[in-house]
Amino acid sequence: MKFIDEYQDSRLAKGLADQIARRSTRSIRLMEFCGGHTHAILRYGIRQLVPARVELRSGPGCPVCVTATADLDKAIALARLPGVIVTTFGDMMRVPGSASSLQQAKAEGADVRIVYSALDAIEMARANPEKEVIFVGIGFETTAPTIAASILKARREETTNFRVLSLNKLTPPVMKALLDSGEIQLDGIICPGHVSVVIGSAPYAFIPRDYGVACAISGFEPLDILLSVDRLVEQVEGGTPGVEIAYSRGVTADGNRKARELMDEVFEVGDANWRGIGIVPDSGLALREEYGRFDAEKAFPVSLQPPREPQGCRCGDVIRGTTTPSDCELFGKLCTPERPVGPCMVSSEGACAAYHQYGYPDISQGFESKT
Amino acid sequence: MCLAVPVRIVSIAGDEAETEIAGVRRRVSIALTPEAKVGDYVLLHTGYAIGVVDEAEAEETLRLLQEIADLSEVH
Ligand code: SF4
Repeated sequence: MKFIDEYQDSRLAKGLADQIARRSTRSIRLMEFCGGHTHAILRYGIRQLVPARVELRSGPGCPVCVTATADLDKAIALARLPGVIVTTFGDMMRVPGSASSLQQAKAEGADVRIVYSALDAIEMARANPEKEVIFVGIGFETTAPTIAASILKARREETTNFRVLSLNKLTPPVMKALLDSGEIQLDGIICPGHVSVVIGSAPYAFIPRDYGVACAISGFEPLDILLSVDRLVEQVEGGTPGVEIAYSRGVTADGNRKARELMDEVFEVGDANWRGIGIVPDSGLALREEYGRFDAEKAFPVSLQPPREPQGCRCGDVIRGTTTPSDCELFGKLCTPERPVGPCMVSSEGACAAYHQYGYPDISQGFESKT
Repeated sequence: MCLAVPVRIVSIAGDEAETEIAGVRRRVSIALTPEAKVGDYVLLHTGYAIGVVDEAEAEETLRLLQEIADLSEVH
């Protein structure tokens, strides 16, 4: 497929890998923010292509994984209400909440349906006028504009039985929270490509400026990721951290202005609760007052027990990058893709799922023992 | 979650486009990319085009990667 196959060429990958090896002189740690990057890195064996002294650590960029248990409990409680259809992306179904999951609620009679787009949920609302259709809106800046556009469409078409539980989150604020925590020392960040299609490169400028951490915005094919690693190694080795766009076929400095306009029209920035991290200021999107009638939380207030986290699961540490999945005692034993304990093993972008699926090379551990 | 695939626009009607990739056709909203034209590749994410692929930049990147590979074979 065009714009995909060309970026998987093994000769070009070798060229980049050689260049990275030539540039790299010391141990550095890079974080790939995005779960999609974690999967591509393991799937294409990118860790084996770069020198062991370049460590790649996965970050919080999996929207399913970072959804707080309390928010998941809310979605499950909404699904159990009579006359309600809850719609969600497929990955959310099996994520364990405090006592149940959306899938379990469905098995017990709740009407929970998987959709590919918020647009499908609107169609479902139109086809089921006697029901209330709630869309569980998770995602980062990539997805939030699509949900905003869908809400605007529902308003235009006067679809009154469509509502959104907005759990959307913003990426630069959580990067700031990770860097401020001081829990993990990073030399560079592989920034999320499709988030950046929307927000551009400007919002990352504070990272090299205030923290001295290098940034490269990356696409999702193996050559894109290798190119980003190359840009980061060059910045780190040269002592010149900045923000480079290594995905220039998709990302511009200014991003997609129209998408941001629609997002700003419908949502306002507020605090958000991240699994493993807690409340991060200004990192979430709530529906604005004018769009209150689409707000599932306003329409159906539910009261919940305090959330209970899955016992022994270290998803929170994995999300913050302080632990790798294979350091979790449950990994591959009590926790597998068939019987996941935490969301990082459920989601197709979760780090635990990626490590489990593609096997875990000992490179990163070797790095740990060296530092 | 943030997966987005490049698909080619075949036709446009209002803020919807018919797209094609590897023989698969799909209707996509271009409400977020009003500048998209027939023949453009757009990045499709959850039913919406979220950006237009810059073909000149794509070629430039590949040219750069070729150069790096050529150089590394000389080394
Ligand atoms: S392996 Fe399972 S239990 Fe351990 S952190 Fe990952 S999801 Fe949680």
